[in-house]
Amino acid sequence: MARVWIPALLRGMTGGQSEIEVAGQTVGELIDQLEVRYPGIRERLMDGDRLRPNIAVIIDGVRSRQGLRQPVNDTNEVHFVPAISGGCSEAHERSR
Amino acid sequence: MSGENQSVEQPTYRVVGTRPIRPDGVDKVTGRAIFGADVRLSGMLYGRVLRSPHAHARIKSIDTSAAEALPGVKAVITGRDFPDPQNKVAASGEGTVNLRSLAHNCIARDKVLYFGHAVAAVAATTPNLAEEALKLIRVEYEPLPVVLDVLEAMRPDAPLLHEDLRTNEMGQRSERPSNVANHTRHERGDVEKAFAEAAVVVEREFRTSMVHQGYIEPQNGTVLWNADGQISVWCSTQAPFDERSQIAEILDVPVSKIKLTPAEIGGGFGGKLSVYLEPLAAMLSKKAGHKPVQMVMNRAEVLAATGPTSGSCIRVKMGADRNGCIVAAQAWMAYEAGAFPGSPVDAGAGVIFAPYRIPNVRIDAYDVVVNKPRAGAYRAPGGTNAAFASESVIDELAEQLGIDPLEFRILNGAKEGDRRADGPVYRRIGFIEAAQAAQAHPHYSAPLAPSRLDPTGKNPAIKRGRGVAAGFWFNWGGKSSAWASLNPDGTVSLIEGSPDIGGSRASIAMQLAESLGVRFEDVKPAVVDTDSVGYNDATGGSRVTFGTGWVAYRLGQKLKQQLKERAALLWDVSPEQVQVEAGMFSCNGHRITIQELAAKMHETGGPIVAGDTFESEEYGPGFGVHIVDLEVDTETGKVQILRYTAAQDVGRAIHPSYVEGQLQGGVAQGIGWALNEEYVYDADGHLLNASFLDYRIPTALDLPMIDTVLVEVPNPGHPYGVRGVGETPIVPPAGAVANAIYHATGVRMTTLPMSPARILEALGKV
Amino acid sequence: MSKTLVQARINGEEVAFVCEPNQTLLEVLRNTLGLTGTKEGCSNGNCGACNVILDGVLVNSCLVLAVEVAGKSVTTVEGIAGPNGLHPIQQKFLEHAALQCGICTPGFIVAAKALLDHNPHPTEEEARRWLAGNLCRCTGYDKIVRAVLAAAEVLQAAPAT
Ligand code: FES
Ligand code: FES
Repeated sequence: MARVWIPALLRGMTGGQSEIEVAGQTVGELIDQLEVRYPGIRERLMDGDRLRPNIAVIIDGVRSRQGLRQPVNDTNEVHFVPAISGGCSEAHERSR
Repeated sequence: MSGENQSVEQPTYRVVGTRPIRPDGVDKVTGRAIFGADVRLSGMLYGRVLRSPHAHARIKSIDTSAAEALPGVKAVITGRDFPDPQNKVAASGEGTVNLRSLAHNCIARDKVLYFGHAVAAVAATTPNLAEEALKLIRVEYEPLPVVLDVLEAMRPDAPLLHEDLRTNEMGQRSERPSNVANHTRHERGDVEKAFAEAAVVVEREFRTSMVHQGYIEPQNGTVLWNADGQISVWCSTQAPFDERSQIAEILDVPVSKIKLTPAEIGGGFGGKLSVYLEPLAAMLSKKAGHKPVQMVMNRAEVLAATGPTSGSCIRVKMGADRNGCIVAAQAWMAYEAGAFPGSPVDAGAGVIFAPYRIPNVRIDAYDVVVNKPRAGAYRAPGGTNAAFASESVIDELAEQLGIDPLEFRILNGAKEGDRRADGPVYRRIGFIEAAQAAQAHPHYSAPLAPSRLDPTGKNPAIKRGRGVAAGFWFNWGGKSSAWASLNPDGTVSLIEGSPDIGGSRASIAMQLAESLGVRFEDVKPAVVDTDSVGYNDATGGSRVTFGTGWVAYRLGQKLKQQLKERAALLWDVSPEQVQVEAGMFSCNGHRITIQELAAKMHETGGPIVAGDTFESEEYGPGFGVHIVDLEVDTETGKVQILRYTAAQDVGRAIHPSYVEGQLQGGVAQGIGWALNEEYVYDADGHLLNASFLDYRIPTALDLPMIDTVLVEVPNPGHPYGVRGVGETPIVPPAGAVANAIYHATGVRMTTLPMSPARILEALGKV
Repeated sequence: MSKTLVQARINGEEVAFVCEPNQTLLEVLRNTLGLTGTKEGCSNGNCGACNVILDGVLVNSCLVLAVEVAGKSVTTVEGIAGPNGLHPIQQKFLEHAALQCGICTPGFIVAAKALLDHNPHPTEEEARRWLAGNLCRCTGYDKIVRAVLAAAEVLQAAPAT
């Protein structure tokens, strides 16, 4: 099972847990599993059927480019962090 | 040379690591290079912008009739001429842009949100006439209360810039509207417990002012909206493809209607990633009857209305145990986004503790709108202010523990496998190597550099000191596309889409030359328009030499493969049997050069062409460690930089001169930020120093030679080991200078810039 | 506005142009004469991007009225290279990578020419002082100063015409 790090602002939904083992073949499936256990968490990470544009997925220290379709395996460590793509503050523009 | 080069291992390259003359060099030293404002089209009109004299006001009415009636005026536009984009967030290559913010920043609709906000524009037959026409436009404003300071803007009773703005906290919107657009938190371990157990704890609050990128070439745009609906744009931009989409969205036309030709660009540093003038010039062109319109900002407009970077308030608390290990770090960061959300505070939160291995961390980051220009990216956005705060506190911790400041940083330095403050694990990084290189540099063991202000050494008011600081930047890979075609004489034409802002034609061509096995001089690079090459992300994020370089490498391999096939055909062998070494193809005693193969290409199957597009996420972050010697005149508050050394893990320096140049340029900007540069507003939000006379960037006289140490820890994610280098060097200088001022005077400066007035104040002299 | 006919020597050639009395030399060079090598960074004398040499004196062309150059001699960046190729200052700028974006380069090259015309052997400090009227945001000046000092050495060995 992949190890998912729960962002600090979502730990209220996981009873304070910061790292959770989750089953799934892709990032999307991990989020589905999280949603089963912590209803409402999906909406915090996703905007409709895609990841929120200001959130990046980092797997084992490398940013994923395939969003929800990014494959994960049992040894992976998965982080959801603010999307920062070097040099471009446009990356931090937020939808309101 | 000023630099030295320390390589962990040195494979032999023929081209990589040499210092050839850049292909666009002659045009740039003879004045032939065409920058954006040099574009000349027949029948071209000149556009000028009317800007708001208020920092916050409702626009009640705009009367343009008198301006329109002026002979020679061909078009006048206001916000009403533009469609109103939805609150759509465009995925724009490297990230996202809120198009509504962008559109409203280009030209105000019902409200102006900062001094200098565009409200109308005119196109006329001469620039002076356009300027005259602006004076005839009558705008009725209803001034609104102004909020300029980040902390004041966060108060619940602060005047609101956007009535519909709610605070986003990882997908959750606040109930009430607020100027706080976003709050992010990173948390790991238990900071409270760790602080309670720490042997020493240092806590301070830091303030920094809004500062500008200060590129010497003002924003410009020349646009022809043709009668057939095709829109041609010439401008200076770091991001031709992203700006093309921004223009398309703002004008509500399909992106395929726009062709953007990037001109030579006179500096950007992040400030030329989004549009200001181009949509206005397009609309003026259309309204003027499909005539080309050129718009060029003056310096006052550049300073008042184009993306500066955030002023900030940063509180840092760090604790260490008796052995000198940092046990906990906490930061509270609030950045001014300017008039629209989007400060680089999240990036700052990523930078602030990045060089160190810290088990317990909490960081809160707030993005806050104020009545100032919309913040753009500026070289390592958010990083310099963040590192100014953390590196000052680290210096203080080291001092309290009685440990040498570089030793302390090395002791706590992050390595492969350690965690970033925000969680993810580092791959191969070179922080320790960079810090050790700084430590081993003669500068660090030399006596303080001699005084310049007081060559006799007799003036007791002159105090000298040395400071060090570290810095980090994420870097970026991004998407690049390019073409290469072999010419019949064995040279290669390289078609790329990454604007060359500091010598990248050379560094990209060098990688193709290395990969294919030809000389650097045999590669002819060209940067072309958006119709002529596939998508390229911006020239930004320290990505081009890495990302476009990757594509150049792959193009070289692809051409080589085709050449092998041609040689195999000539010799009737299989391509796998053909050996290739430095441009010489051989098999079973046959030998043929690239030049000979190229001459035969039409008889062996036709043109030899390769195209490619690629993106790698294995760019790997950059780390730098700087040392500065300076002197403070404690009578006048003036600080003079005496000696400066910047060490950085650069992965692999493709063209070392330009890598040194990146370090030197970043240092110079960082020193300007540290000592002089700031936006000065009056209480009503009028910018008081919108000129290069009053917004003072460093001159040749303010700086010494800047020594560089290029530490080469090859990045395993690139065929030649390249890492981005451009941004990291602006991160450490403010912290290094502050630490040196402390060691000179005994006073800790906690506000940027550390101008003479602030120094005197801190010294208790005023 | 009434227009004036101005005759001047620009980059060694007799040139006549018509301008308005309030037009700057910079405007005329760039818009009337098509000499866009001279750059505009600030329009008020603070950046040096518009440097030209006027009768042997280094000036900011944004602060000079076009009518003032009547009967005078103007050298712009386009007039620095000789018939046989680049001037040593230009060559040293390239060899030393003394430009990144290149927008300040024309101004620096013209300023350096004026410096070396006046003072063929400047010290580093003298070069920095002379060049303090030219802003470069990219390079940190290190390589520019080195290029100028290196050009001085070349000129000393073999003066350019
Ligand atoms: S444009 Fe003339 S000095 Fe700046
Ligand atoms: S090289 Fe860009 S301003 Fe000097």
